Amino acid sequence: MPPADVARVGAAGLVTRPLRAVLAAAGIAIGVAAMVAVVGISASSRAGVERELAAIGTNLLTAAPGRTFTGEAARLPDEAVEMAGRLDGVTGASATGRLDLGVYRSDLIPAGETNGIGVLAVRPDLLGPVGARPADGAWLNEVTRQGPALVLGAEAARLLGVHRASADVRLWLGNQWFVVVGVLAPAPLAPELDTAVLVGWEAARSLLGFDGGIGTVYVRTDPDRVADVRALLARTVSPAHPNEVLVERPSDALLAQEVTDRALTGLLLGLGAVALLVGGVGVANTMIVSVLERRAEVGLRRALGATRAQIRTQFLAESLLLSALGGTAGILTGAVVTWGYAWSRGWPPAVPGWAQAAGLAVTVLIGGIAGLYPAVRAARLPPTEALAAP
Amino acid sequence: MSPDGFAVTATDLVKVYGTGDSAVRALDGVTVGFRRGRFTAIMGPSGSGKSTLMHCLAGLDAVTSGRITIGGTDLTRLRDRQLTALRRDRVGFVFQAFNLLPQLTARQNITLPSEMAGRRVDADHLAHIVDVLGIGDRLGHRPAELSGGQQQRVALARALATRPEVIFADEPTGNLDSRSGAEVLGLLRDCVRGLGQTVVMVTHDPSAAAYADRALVLADGRIVHDLDGPTRATVTEALGLAGVR
Repeated sequence: MPPADVARVGAAGLVTRPLRAVLAAAGIAIGVAAMVAVVGISASSRAGVERELAAIGTNLLTAAPGRTFTGEAARLPDEAVEMAGRLDGVTGASATGRLDLGVYRSDLIPAGETNGIGVLAVRPDLLGPVGARPADGAWLNEVTRQGPALVLGAEAARLLGVHRASADVRLWLGNQWFVVVGVLAPAPLAPELDTAVLVGWEAARSLLGFDGGIGTVYVRTDPDRVADVRALLARTVSPAHPNEVLVERPSDALLAQEVTDRALTGLLLGLGAVALLVGGVGVANTMIVSVLERRAEVGLRRALGATRAQIRTQFLAESLLLSALGGTAGILTGAVVTWGYAWSRGWPPAVPGWAQAAGLAVTVLIGGIAGLYPAVRAARLPPTEALAAP
Repeated sequence: MSPDGFAVTATDLVKVYGTGDSAVRALDGVTVGFRRGRFTAIMGPSGSGKSTLMHCLAGLDAVTSGRITIGGTDLTRLRDRQLTALRRDRVGFVFQAFNLLPQLTARQNITLPSEMAGRRVDADHLAHIVDVLGIGDRLGHRPAELSGGQQQRVALARALATRPEVIFADEPTGNLDSRSGAEVLGLLRDCVRGLGQTVVMVTHDPSAAAYADRALVLADGRIVHDLDGPTRATVTEALGLAGVR
C-alpha cells in the first residue's frame, strides 16, 4: 500500500473512536511534555545565567585574607587595594571590611537578633568594580561616608522592611542611629553585599571602632586578562605572605550552581521517561482493545484479500499515528510550559531542537513497540474466527 | 480455467475440530463439484457443517484432509499469502451481516479488494454492475445511511467487481425482510443468468434455495441429498428427511 493509504487506513481507526484516541495520546503527550519542559527549562535557565553573566561580566576577582600557618586569621596589608589597582590589566579595585556588629530597626530589639545581616565598611569606589548600583536613594558621598549614614544591600533592606531611602529612616547600629541614604539593587557577583549594611570606611573607623582590616579586595580586570591578573593577585596584595590569600572568581560560583542544577535536571528527565513509558503502556492497551473490537473487520479484510502484512501495517500505522499525535501535542505543551516558566523568571526561552527531535523519535519508537504485539496478534487472527465475532 | 467446466471442486473433504475424545468431524468425506455459471444452494440443519463447508471451499479455513480446487488451482497446497491472493482475486463473498466497513463509502467498499491488490477498478465494469444492482445513486453514502437491502446490494457489487471465479454467499437474506431478501436473491440469480457468474449460497431457508439451480442438503458433515431444479416443496421434504434421520 502507498504510505498515504497506510496513513488513511490507520487514521480511520482513530477517527471512529476520537475520545479513546485522545486519552491514549494524552498519556504520551504528558510524558513528552514533561521531558521537553525539563530540557527546555534547564536550557532557558542556562541561557538566563549566560545572559546575566554577559551583562555583569565574568571579569571580577576577589582576594580575601585566609589563615596563617599557625591557624590565626591572616591580615592583608593596608595598601593591598592600591597595589592591586596598579597591577597590569586591572581596571578598578576596591575593598570592604567586616565589622562584628549587628544592625537593628530600633534600640529596643535585643542584641543578637540580627537576621544574619552583616555590617561592612566600604571604600567609596566600591560600586564600579563589583558592578552594583543604588536602586533607591544614593551611594555614600563625601559627607555621608564620614558620618552616621548607611546604604542597605537589597536583601538586607527586605529583611529590615526598609524599601526606600529617606532621612526619616534610621537604623540602630553600634549604639547610635544611622540614616539610610540608599538601597542597592541586587549584586549577583557580590552576593555578600546583598545581605549587609554598608557604612563609609572613615565613619566605621571613627564611629564604630573599625580597625581598618581589609575583608575582601574586589578587582575588576580587562576581560581578556582575567587569568593573568588572577595568577598575580595573591602576590600583589600580600607580597610577604601570598599563600595566606584566597583568590576567587565569583562568576565561577554562578556557573557551578548551574552545574548542580543539571543533576536535578537528570532526575526530572528520568521522571519524564517513566511518564512516557506509562503512556506507551496506555497506547499498547488501547491498541489491544482496538484489535479485539475490530475482529470482524480484520476477518472481513482477510476474507476479501488483505494479506497478514497489510493487517499488521494497518494496526502498526494506527499505533504510530496515535503516539506521533501524542508526541506532537507533548512537544507543543512542553514548549509552551518552557516559554511560560522562562517568561516568569525573566529568562530567554530556549527549547533545544535536539530535545524536540528526540521527543518525536522516542514517541515513534514507543508507538512502534506498543503497536507491534497488537498488530501481530491481529494479523494472526484466522479469518473464520474473526468473521464469527459479533 | 479447469478443463472440465467446474469452477470449484472438492474431493474427500474432512474437517475435524479439536483432538481426542472431544474431536468433532464437521465434514466427513464430502466430494462435490460446482459447475461454472450455476447457482447452487447448500442447505442443512444447524451443525450440519454447511458453513464449515463454505469456509473450507472459499479458502478461509484449512481442511484436515482432502483436496479443493478453484478454477483448477489446488487450495490445499497454497501458502497463506497465495491463499490470500486467491481469495482477493478469484473469490467473492456476500455475508449475512453485510460486513461493509462502516468508515468507508459504498464506492470505497466496492473497490476495497481491488485496492488491496493494488489494481484500478475497471470503470465500465463497475458502472455496469452498479446499474444492474440499482445502487448508482448510493455510492457516496456510508453503510449506516443505507437500508439493509441496499447494503447487501453494495456487498454483492463488491463481490462482483473483481470478476471472481465464484461467489460464496453465507445466508445472504438472513438479516433482511422478505421483500428485500427476494430482491437480493433475484439479483443473485440474474448474476448467474446474465453475467455467467458461479454462485454458491449457504442458507437454511427453503424458499431461498428455490432460486437456485441445484440444492445440496448436508447432515452430520455428509451430503445426503443433491436436488436439481429445487422447489420450496422438494427442499422442505429433503430437509425433513435429513432432520429425522
